[in-house]
Amino acid sequence: MALIDLSRKEVHCKIVYYGPGRGGKTTNLLYIYNAMNNGVRGKMLTIETKGDRTLFFDLLPLNLGKVNGFDVRIQLYTVPGQTIYEATRKLVLKGVDGVVFVADSLRVRREKNIESFNDLKKNLTEYGLSIEEIPLVLQYNKRDLANSAIPTLSVDELESDLNNELKAITFEATATKGIGVFETLKEISKNTIRYVVKKHLLADI
Amino acid sequence: MNDLVLTAPVLEEARQQIENALIKAGVHTVLLIDDAGNVVANCGQDARRFDTTALAALAAANFGATSEIARLIGEDDFSLLFHKGKKDSIHFARVGPRLILVTIFGDEVALGLVRLRVSQLTKAIEKIFGLDS
Ligand SMILES: Nc1nc2c(ncn2[C@@H]2O[C@H](COP(=O)(O)OP(=O)(O)OP(=O)(O)O)[C@@H](O)[C@H]2O)c(=O)[nH]1
Ligand SMILES: [Mg+2]
Repeated sequence: MALIDLSRKEVHCKIVYYGPGRGGKTTNLLYIYNAMNNGVRGKMLTIETKGDRTLFFDLLPLNLGKVNGFDVRIQLYTVPGQTIYEATRKLVLKGVDGVVFVADSLRVRREKNIESFNDLKKNLTEYGLSIEEIPLVLQYNKRDLANSAIPTLSVDELESDLNNELKAITFEATATKGIGVFETLKEISKNTIRYVVKKHLLADI
Repeated sequence: MNDLVLTAPVLEEARQQIENALIKAGVHTVLLIDDAGNVVANCGQDARRFDTTALAALAAANFGATSEIARLIGEDDFSLLFHKGKKDSIHFARVGPRLILVTIFGDEVALGLVRLRVSQLTKAIEKIFGLDS
């Protein structure tokens, strides 16, 4: 649910990074935070993590400048991926305008990817949204491990598990090194802003 | 879920009401936020002193979590929430289905007064935003 302030000419959108625990959602936000300068990024908020596991959410506000005369403010959130935090994930998803699904390329995480993707669909439906309609980008993370001895999923396998019918835009990523992180962010921001702007006929972009 | 579109007259009217009901009663900060964690309006002198973006995100999440707890124990909703600090206290109230009014005040302001004013104010704000009916 975007917030459109016509008096200050501002648009606020919420983009949520979703996906299984340890998939690399927080790593994406940290990379973005460290790479952006202060004019663009706000303060990053990370709530009470246990080790490096997210318990509630992370928040990174970004100021993306002007689009057709409107100041675009984007809030990036991550959900806690671990299965037990189901209720919290649903809360964080409230009012979402765009979703990045971060899938884990580790073969042992295959079921967790699928479980988390189904959980996303279910939660969107409960908010009256659908995965087909909402701006969505898939990120296949930890691609660096494809060249290691650790068993990983091929991109084709990830596609057939998660993106067979949807045909969403996908990016391969290595979030720890920043590979694919900004490509993902750019695509989801563009689609989300376009989606919100179009809905409200703020201008035709 | 529909997006929230704010216009200058609506915001101005809401701010005016908040000023009259709470700021003039000695409350130092009032934030009107939506349940996605966006700041709709902020009033009072302190609003610029702290990170309102983070405050709004946490307040929305906190309120959402509390509503969920209410549901788990078979309550419809706790329509308000209050935390008392040593110096300052914070009071949250639902405004219509989508907005939350966050009131921060020092110990010189009585909780009873805040509760009374907030309950009158929420009705007024619901009307301004067309959330009544
Ligand atoms: N090899 C490799 N490791 C990664 C990559 N991205 C993240 N990691 C590591 O994976 C672990 C989990 O990353 P997080 O970003 O905390 O995962 P998360 O999705 O936020 O997990 P939850 O908060 O539990 O939902 C960390 O140790 C990261 O360093 C990657 O691209 N390659
Ligand atoms: Mg995390």
